[in-house]
Amino acid sequence: MSSESVIREPLITGRKTVHDVTEDISKRVEEKPTKLWMLAMTISLGLFAIGAYTIFLLLWHGIGMWGLNKTVGWAWDITNFVWWVGIGHAGTLISAILLLFRQRWRMSINRAAEAMTIFAVICALMFPILHTGRPWLAIYWMFPLPNTFGSLWVNFNSPLLWDVFAISTYFLVSLIFWYIGLIPDFATIRDRAKNKISKSIYGVLSFGWDGAAKTWSRYETVALVLAGLATPLVLSVHTIVSMDFATSVIPGWHTTIFPPYFVAGAIFSGFAMVLTLMIVTRKVYKLEDYITIQHLEMMNIVIIITGSIVGVAYLTELFIAWYSGVEAEQYAFLNRATGPYWWAYAAMMTCNVVSPQLFWFKKIRTNIAATFVLSIVVNIGMWFERFVIIVTSLHRDFLPSSWAMFYPTFVDVGVYVFTFGLFFTCFFLFAKFFPVINMAEVKSIIKTTGEKAK
Amino acid sequence: MSNTKFILGVYEDEDILLNAIRSIRTAGVKIHEVYSPFPVHGIDDVLGYKRSKLSIVAFLFGLLGTSLALIMQIGMMGIDWPMIIGGKDFIPYPSFVPVIFELTVLLAAYGMCFTFFIVSDLKPWAKPRIFDLRITDDKHVMAIDLDQNKIDVAKIDQILKDNGASEVNQKNFDED
Repeated sequence: MSSESVIREPLITGRKTVHDVTEDISKRVEEKPTKLWMLAMTISLGLFAIGAYTIFLLLWHGIGMWGLNKTVGWAWDITNFVWWVGIGHAGTLISAILLLFRQRWRMSINRAAEAMTIFAVICALMFPILHTGRPWLAIYWMFPLPNTFGSLWVNFNSPLLWDVFAISTYFLVSLIFWYIGLIPDFATIRDRAKNKISKSIYGVLSFGWDGAAKTWSRYETVALVLAGLATPLVLSVHTIVSMDFATSVIPGWHTTIFPPYFVAGAIFSGFAMVLTLMIVTRKVYKLEDYITIQHLEMMNIVIIITGSIVGVAYLTELFIAWYSGVEAEQYAFLNRATGPYWWAYAAMMTCNVVSPQLFWFKKIRTNIAATFVLSIVVNIGMWFERFVIIVTSLHRDFLPSSWAMFYPTFVDVGVYVFTFGLFFTCFFLFAKFFPVINMAEVKSIIKTTGEKAK
Repeated sequence: MSNTKFILGVYEDEDILLNAIRSIRTAGVKIHEVYSPFPVHGIDDVLGYKRSKLSIVAFLFGLLGTSLALIMQIGMMGIDWPMIIGGKDFIPYPSFVPVIFELTVLLAAYGMCFTFFIVSDLKPWAKPRIFDLRITDDKHVMAIDLDQNKIDVAKIDQILKDNGASEVNQKNFDED
């Protein structure tokens, strides 16, 4: 068995034994829902219901219910889409890339982060589906299916179609990666279950897992290969999302820096959302021994790095716009920073570039309250980033007579609220009925990096 | 209906377990299988299991994904309904790269995972043999099939205990 230097801080504190891990995590699935959970669930279902009403209005009356106009044809819908997809990057990054790098601190957070990924991608998918106006017909436009309009196929030159493939592949692969990790833990809950109903439900979910050494050996191969497949996949998804913009000829979008810049931004916002959720989950479920300050610090370090990459990308964009000598490009950036949407640009710069630099101070990056506040600030900043890129590049186009502003309607807001309701409803259901920490993986490191071993 | 009888050695610690497997196998006792709550590093070597071939399965499914993506895109854009789009060729390979990549990954991942489910007999309606409920909690259980071993039960008991088993139990399964 491998052993680890005593100088390293233990990843699991509180002198936990293997049995304690089972108890601490399974207990949360087995206990009756608490009042706090019921309250949280009611609020998120409320948001869901309000949002569902606006979606009804949207489908009944059409896309005109959004505040889009002739000049700004893309606004909140795609802003929210890119924002949610970006958030969805942390989960698979944590479980895939950190697995390849053998970072053991991933084990306490990967389960919840992957769940967050899946729910965030579902929320993101709402926008491309809804923006078609008649989603029940959209299946013919989005997928290469034979149809009655002649054998007219989808256009594989279009980045929007690449996006359909990228997002659906990402969703499906993340889903199966997450589920395979859940199987051994479902078996734990099945074997502890006292009543017949939960025994049979978790029995079905656990696929008849028995913990045989042969199966574990295959399981580890599968996890490793999936990590190898998911790593380029994570990086490809936001690359392709960025190509929705980068392959166009709109000043402000037509840049080759977009793919790495978007990927860094996605990891940045994803980790921020993981922090927001995990700080609350660890508090409510008393998981301080599993998700320690060290875990939060590691994630904050990822936030400084990716936040700084994003900062460098913003400055590079400005420089290249000037250096290119293309007037339209220069105007697009001048307008972004000093035009009518200067406040959105300022919000983006402050939240994404300035605020994460505070994490250079050890006191701040190991402070839970500060981390929580900054994680929300980062996600506000990332929403503004997408809004700035999309709306400021469009609202003053090549013909000054058609220059316009974008004003969201309550349906724009409502659909965004709907995705929040959907996201939190899914997350709360997950937190109640699924083990929030990967028990099997944490158990495997107790002997080497638990506090008792040190 | 056959009656399968197992003798079970329960182990608390993975290092003791690994040593026990080694010496029990050298003593000539055939081990049916070892059940653990988490993946134990190095257990496949001491049990003599070969490396899983699932990575090769993933590669082959990946190749299938690449070919399907190419055939689909060339067939639709180049053969069935050629159109000039942005002055590009009818078969613009660079434009095909994203979809080729995504379908390669998708088929490799799903092909491998479903092969894993089939070879390991994992399915929602499976009725697993549960040797001990504590396997999914914190105990490692070594199962020895008495039909496969000609050695006396009491002797196997003794070998298991000598090698650090905290308990030795028996379990029967009545199955067809």
